[in-house]
Amino acid sequence: MPTVSVKRDLLFQALGRTYTDEEFDELCFEFGLELDEITSEKEIISKEQGNVKAAGASDVVLYKIDVPANRYDLLCLEGLVRGLQVFKERIKAPVYKRVMPDGKIQKLIITEETAKIRPFAVAAVLRNIKFTKDRYDSFIELQERLHQNICRKRALVAIGTHDLDTLSGPFTYTAKRPSDIKFKPLNKTKEYTACELMNIYKTDNHLKHYLHIIENKPLYPVIYDSNGVVLSMPPIINGDHSRITVNTRNIFIECTGTDFTKAKIVLDIIVTMFSEYCENQFTVEAAEVVFPNGKSYTFPELAYRKEMVRADLINKKVGIRETPENLAKLLTRMYLKSEVIGDGNQIEIEIPPTRADIIHACDIVEDAAIAYGYNNIQMTLPKTYTIANQFPLNKLTELLRYDMAAAGFTEALTFALCSQEDIADKLGLDISATKAVHISNPKTAEFQVARTTLLPGLLKTIAANRKMPLPLKLFEISDIVIKDSNTDVGAKNYRHLCAVYYNKNPGFEIIHGLLDRIMQLLDVPPGEDKGGYVIKASEGPAFFPGRCAEIFARGQSVGKLGVLHPDVITKFELTMPCSSLEINIGPFL
Amino acid sequence: MEHQAVVGAVKSLQALGEVIEAELRSTKRWELTAEGEEIAREGSHEARVFRSIPPEGLAQSELMRLPSGKVGFSKAMSNKWIRVDKSAADGPRVFRVVDSMEDEVQRRLQLVQGGQAEKLGEKERSELRKRKLLAEVTLKTYWVSKGSAFSTSISKQETELSPEMISSGSWRDRPFKPYNFLAHGVLPDSGHLHPLLKVRSQFRQIFLEMGFTEMPTDNFIESSFWNFDALFQPQQHPARDQHDTFFLRDPAEALQLPMDYVQRVKRTHSQGGYGSQGYKYTWKLDEARKNLLRTHTTSASARALYRLAQKKPFTPVKYFSIDRVFRNETLDATHLAEFHQIEGVVADHGLTLGHLMGILREFFTKLGITQLRFKPAYNPYTEPSMEVFSYHQGLKKWVEVGNSGVFRPEMLLPMGLPENVSVIAWGLSLERPTMIKYGINNIRDLVGHKVNLQMVYDSPLCRLDAEPRPPPTQEAA
Repeated sequence: MPTVSVKRDLLFQALGRTYTDEEFDELCFEFGLELDEITSEKEIISKEQGNVKAAGASDVVLYKIDVPANRYDLLCLEGLVRGLQVFKERIKAPVYKRVMPDGKIQKLIITEETAKIRPFAVAAVLRNIKFTKDRYDSFIELQERLHQNICRKRALVAIGTHDLDTLSGPFTYTAKRPSDIKFKPLNKTKEYTACELMNIYKTDNHLKHYLHIIENKPLYPVIYDSNGVVLSMPPIINGDHSRITVNTRNIFIECTGTDFTKAKIVLDIIVTMFSEYCENQFTVEAAEVVFPNGKSYTFPELAYRKEMVRADLINKKVGIRETPENLAKLLTRMYLKSEVIGDGNQIEIEIPPTRADIIHACDIVEDAAIAYGYNNIQMTLPKTYTIANQFPLNKLTELLRYDMAAAGFTEALTFALCSQEDIADKLGLDISATKAVHISNPKTAEFQVARTTLLPGLLKTIAANRKMPLPLKLFEISDIVIKDSNTDVGAKNYRHLCAVYYNKNPGFEIIHGLLDRIMQLLDVPPGEDKGGYVIKASEGPAFFPGRCAEIFARGQSVGKLGVLHPDVITKFELTMPCSSLEINIGPFL
Repeated sequence: MEHQAVVGAVKSLQALGEVIEAELRSTKRWELTAEGEEIAREGSHEARVFRSIPPEGLAQSELMRLPSGKVGFSKAMSNKWIRVDKSAADGPRVFRVVDSMEDEVQRRLQLVQGGQAEKLGEKERSELRKRKLLAEVTLKTYWVSKGSAFSTSISKQETELSPEMISSGSWRDRPFKPYNFLAHGVLPDSGHLHPLLKVRSQFRQIFLEMGFTEMPTDNFIESSFWNFDALFQPQQHPARDQHDTFFLRDPAEALQLPMDYVQRVKRTHSQGGYGSQGYKYTWKLDEARKNLLRTHTTSASARALYRLAQKKPFTPVKYFSIDRVFRNETLDATHLAEFHQIEGVVADHGLTLGHLMGILREFFTKLGITQLRFKPAYNPYTEPSMEVFSYHQGLKKWVEVGNSGVFRPEMLLPMGLPENVSVIAWGLSLERPTMIKYGINNIRDLVGHKVNLQMVYDSPLCRLDAEPRPPPTQEAA
């Protein structure tokens, strides 16, 4: 969930009233936001870097507010205030207008070289804007938050904003060899080639995260004005020439990306949020984008869409009984201008360009419910009549667990993921023999594979509890995973039961006795006839030679038991003899 | 008489029962050490040094040979009684500085010797103790009086009832040694169930009591399709990032997908349909085939709902599951790479948000949680969505206890479920309520091989609706 931090006093000023922290927290909760933290710049720096560094920092109170991940319109102070004011019916939702310029329209021409790397671009102009320091900061921060969220760390969309008065259109969005791109980037004093920049930014804590997006491509995206001035090299950095300042009056905004829909949404959000400060409030100047196929489009889209939802559908989905008029009022409070039309049961809802999250009637139903107040909805029980059933494998597991404990064994709960070493090397096996599934992106060796046996987990549990009085008797009934090309995903879980006995003597007879008890519980008689069970001498690298037997039951091999090999004991950092038993309980269902 | 012999006699009389009453009293007093007694007699080392110096002085080397020389010299120096002249012809020479002095140390020790230790200040006493001249000794005494069963003759008490006593009836005239009911009993030898799984059993029980059927969840490996795409979670969603999800190297891809259904899912994502605008992006089959360790059990719910949709006519269901899920997350005191997810699902005609809240109220009441509040939230596959908060008495604030919502039509309709069927669902982790229940602050103390088995041995029954133990000192967030 994205977190937006806003200055409290600025927020209250914009909301036209003050709140106590509790009152504001309550308002957030009701609206689906979360007042996550009340802090200040000073507090943040002091927490992260210590009191000394924080000495000169501002102690203006900051509210950190968690915003739902799909509400891009609430990612800045301007949007939050507008959303809350409309919710509280203090203002009407503004109408955003796209207008043609008096003079020539700004043009952005996309060349076909971009096709392989970052094919889409959209653009718009904010005319006669009036920034203050706070508004400017908010403008920069909104771009950053959009980059982090909907833009997927600039991979899907990257935003560039420029002082239009320093540039001269038409603009060209193209892709060039990195060595052929040379310009002075933001915050640098001289020109560099793109190759040099990529090297410099490898150590830049902020920018290094974006380099991978274009790093290994033969051509880098770049935008020029008609005089060959570089506006930006998306998604990495803008040019210094067209940088915006608090005093900038006319802003050219371009968004490039690999996802056209998201690029259009991002552009819509920026212009709807900040056109508030234009001379003609909530008015955005159009720009034309010419695609390589020659077709040209005008942006921003600022599309208003009409949806029709029946009032009784909303009532039925939420579980309330409101009149269509009231429902329309509720929706209007959620920034969705609505009115009752037709037979008096139809509600026509206008979806503004700020609400890209509304893609289905269910989104509208939710907003009606939020405005109604979740906690005002009458709780009722559905009449759904059903008979409960347990999943047979889990039912058997539950029954066995209790009797394993009754037999004196203590239940362990170990991880399903582990290292290759745990299931192979330490048990004297080659990893290829385990048929284990392998994880491609483990952060540490602990998560290399899914376990193929429960034994390592139990032995590690004993190793961590060596100080406990002997004997240690442990068991676990849980799933292991084996590759299996007969299943749709190519792997299958098996429910295993594993038990270990750890003491000064190997205690094979105890583990053997436990097997006899388990078979008694499962109603499997001894002997090979009538689906009974037997154990037959066997061997395995994990077991001491001559002290291992394979368990056959119901006509199939179900597992092994025996005294563990001293090498296995040592590799798990244990010192005492140990015997173990592991069976698959699936066949006993 | 020897002190220890008296103590022994008192103790064995006490063991006979109420023959005597003996009250233990201990007193402390100050005594001189052997060195202290010598000083009380002969004077302190420094005084002895002072006295041994004649008016014409004494060679320092000679002085040092005296029995009190070393200790006495430095003390006398710091008392400024004597001085050293280092310029003397035959080596350093020690002279008196004052004509006479008061031997305070001797005087104080004599006071103690005379039983007047209390006349000394705490500081003075501790100074003398540091010089090992004084020691504090504790003296144990008994005040002995007649007990309720006082007798001048004693007979040995029996410790335990024996079969012979029962058959002969001799138990009637024998005194029995009383039991010490303050001692602990001997714990029975037994096995123990793991506390987290005891809580799991209780959650299963609650669902079964509410008529919910358990879904199969015995597949840790899942395709991205069932884990994400089927839930209408777009392919660029951050949860599908390498940083959040464990993907598989082998087997890297799902071998089979229900292709008809896949086509409907693809269309809904990329173009919309079923009343939806869709996400309008290029949906890729390769992305859907990628195998992973399931990040939620909702993938199993999706499979169960898909199977349900294939059965005609539709019959209402209530489903639940509790099983492991995996996240490639940063680990901390409350987050591990694997944890258990609890999930409940109800599918029926005409279910409302009010129904969801009603079921949640019943469910949480069974957990002993009665104060609930619902907050609007965003989940990719439910709309409306609500987070469930409960008031935590210990922490004195509302804490999130679960997440819930109504599955999106874009998820249900491509499966083939009828349009007027709604599916409500909720989920929570098993670990969090368990940590709160057992007052555990670090998740590693609860799951995994590093847990202390003593904790497993000692854990009480899991009774979710009973009064919780006092809250942990730190929030188990």
